[in-house]
Amino acid sequence: MISFELPPFIENQGQLIEMVAKQAMRPYSRDLDEHEHTRPTAFVNMTWPFVQEMVKRSLKGLEEQNGSNGSNGHTPQARKGPDYSILALITMIEQLSWGDAGQYLCLPHPMLGGAAVDSAGTPEQRIRFLRKFTEGDPKWGAMAITEADAGSDNSSMRTTAVLDEDTHEWILNGEKIFITNGKLALEESDGLCVVWATVDPGAGRAGIKSFVVEGNTPGVSIAKQENKLGIRASDTVSLHFDNVRVPYENLLGSAEVQRETTVKGFKGAMKTFDSSRPAVAASAVGIARAALEFTREKLAEEGVEVDYTKSLHEMTAVERDLMEMEARYKGAWLLTLRAVSLMAHGESNRLESSMCKFRAGEAVTWITQKAVELLGPVGYSREFLVEKWMRDAKINDIYEGTKQINQLIVARSILGYSRRELK
Amino acid sequence: MLDFRLDEEQQMLADTIGRYTRERVRKVFRDAEEDGRIPPDVVQAGWEIGVLPTGIPEAYGGFGEYSAVTGAVATEAFAWGDLAITLSVMVPNLVAVPLMFAGTEEQKKAYLPLFADEEAPPFTAALTEPVIQFSPFKLKTTAVRDGEEYVINGTKTVVPFADQADMILVYAEEGGKTQAFLVPADSEGLEVAAKDKLMGIKALPTFMVTYSDVRVPAANRLGGETGIDFALLLAHSRIALGAAAVGMARASYEYARDYAKQRVQFGEPIAHRQSIAFMLADMATEVDEARLMVWEAAWKLDQGQDALRESTVMKHHVDRMVLTVADRAVQVLGGYGYIREYPVELWLRNARGFASFDGLAMI
Repeated sequence: MISFELPPFIENQGQLIEMVAKQAMRPYSRDLDEHEHTRPTAFVNMTWPFVQEMVKRSLKGLEEQNGSNGSNGHTPQARKGPDYSILALITMIEQLSWGDAGQYLCLPHPMLGGAAVDSAGTPEQRIRFLRKFTEGDPKWGAMAITEADAGSDNSSMRTTAVLDEDTHEWILNGEKIFITNGKLALEESDGLCVVWATVDPGAGRAGIKSFVVEGNTPGVSIAKQENKLGIRASDTVSLHFDNVRVPYENLLGSAEVQRETTVKGFKGAMKTFDSSRPAVAASAVGIARAALEFTREKLAEEGVEVDYTKSLHEMTAVERDLMEMEARYKGAWLLTLRAVSLMAHGESNRLESSMCKFRAGEAVTWITQKAVELLGPVGYSREFLVEKWMRDAKINDIYEGTKQINQLIVARSILGYSRRELK
Repeated sequence: MLDFRLDEEQQMLADTIGRYTRERVRKVFRDAEEDGRIPPDVVQAGWEIGVLPTGIPEAYGGFGEYSAVTGAVATEAFAWGDLAITLSVMVPNLVAVPLMFAGTEEQKKAYLPLFADEEAPPFTAALTEPVIQFSPFKLKTTAVRDGEEYVINGTKTVVPFADQADMILVYAEEGGKTQAFLVPADSEGLEVAAKDKLMGIKALPTFMVTYSDVRVPAANRLGGETGIDFALLLAHSRIALGAAAVGMARASYEYARDYAKQRVQFGEPIAHRQSIAFMLADMATEVDEARLMVWEAAWKLDQGQDALRESTVMKHHVDRMVLTVADRAVQVLGGYGYIREYPVELWLRNARGFASFDGLAMI
């Protein structure tokens, strides 16, 4: 039955996270933005205990599933009723990004690396790697996929994985770029980084598999630390892999994936994005909401507020813009909720995920740029966070599948076209 | 809990209306537009699907299963077929819905049972005025209390079937607010003037109606002494129109998509080109997005919550969306998009009207 009702715990969660945002994120936003590569320690320390609890709960669920039926836990039958943990996660991401999108990315949590493990790993692997995040010091998860010559065209990647039959280890060689938390995950903590590499460069997609590289593994070095337009609190690096040895069992996936050169491995890994795209959309929506609320607040101080009973003719251009900001924000959020709702009900959501991702990126870019415009010289000043939010927003049109790639995915889906028919 | 899937009954309703639109509406809608006339049996068949009677409370002869969300689902399905025919089938709603949500007990008893019949009563409503800066909260038509009567003066336009109506629910400014009055069509001073000549929805006969010192008993003021919550009724209207826009936009998008897949130029379908494919991706996404916004406003009404803000934000957004999508559909069809043999030009002409259609539909 159609319903927009969110479970009551979401509101409680929201209040808690708003507190985290106001106490541990916003006060440091400007400073972290001005001093890229410093760590948001207040945020990390405050959230680590919560993350551990969250991961413990997921772990428990996984262990129960794994124990009870030995299936990989992905089938809908494994769940009794809708899975609201995904809804909790997505709303948490929106709420944290409202606070500070760059700091949110520094959450000591499996993050995208965890999503990759979830999508492609066996139950044993999921349990093994998640467990790291339930104990000890804060740790980070990362994913290394992009290369200098392999961005949107990620299947042309050249990082290799060669099996050493004697030691039963994979040897990784290559260089990855644009890795969020790469340094935090592998050098500054005992975290993990899921690295995509090819076991057969000539085989294209069919040779690509994902490998979990754990913290402090020899051979991994930071080749570069990026200086960015926004989300500066989030550390983005290039990683160089020089004969990095990784246990055989760190190749994600079933024995079938491990043995065969088929596209199953690649497709399994690409499924990561069906769940991570709504997460990116949620982050975008959080930034948009922050900008929208701030803009409304500031304009209201000068007596400019939207009167919903006015016709368009009676509204000033600013009032009309405010309404459009609200509409675009609302539309993006509802599309995101739809993608999440499908996941919660165990249904596939590839099309809906790509729709919400590109729409949310587009919306937050427009909304934050409009916010700075409407707030005039005040909006343009670094005395206020709104100009930072505009810079933070832009990445959402780009990472985890650019807007154009997501439009391409949507187009292929609605037209029933393959890569050959629609390039 | 959060869910956007139709339930079984809604799916059945959507399927039934889908069949009706494919088998009846789509066979006649182009000629109806050219002729300015819809075959009455098609309208009757639409009425017989029974969406409105299902919603009327049992006490007044209906099934008592009103839901704004279900109404939105139904309206979208109808409008996919044709907007003018949809508006025609839904004209009775223009009086029934305000009665249901704002009428006094006496008014409901007197009139609602008529809407649960096999044939809809010839009632219509008049909100829109022929002024450039039309605002439904600041009407130029006035109603002034005089003893036991109200005296109504003003001009209305886009009043569907005014020439055949027995009763017209007129919205007028009274005491600084928008109120509504049940006015028998044969009242002295009420004149159904010329038939409108509109850019679109030409199959739906609409009229200018003038009120010169038209007198009605005070009992005909909708809601009696209390009057109406006009913001609530406007929300009901904007949700209906939003749903209709989504239906028509979906029709435009699907037509363009199907055309692009079979139109071959430069040796392959034009849908193979990113510029076309991306337009279609945008259209599909915008239609889905708009639907969710319509449903959210409708859901709030069903929860008994205020929906003025959601329905207003949605309305302005959807008014733009339906125009953009219809415009792109014409573009995808190229030269053929400009020819009246193809429906996309009609959908573009209809699409632009949504910015001025307040009050033309209700759910």
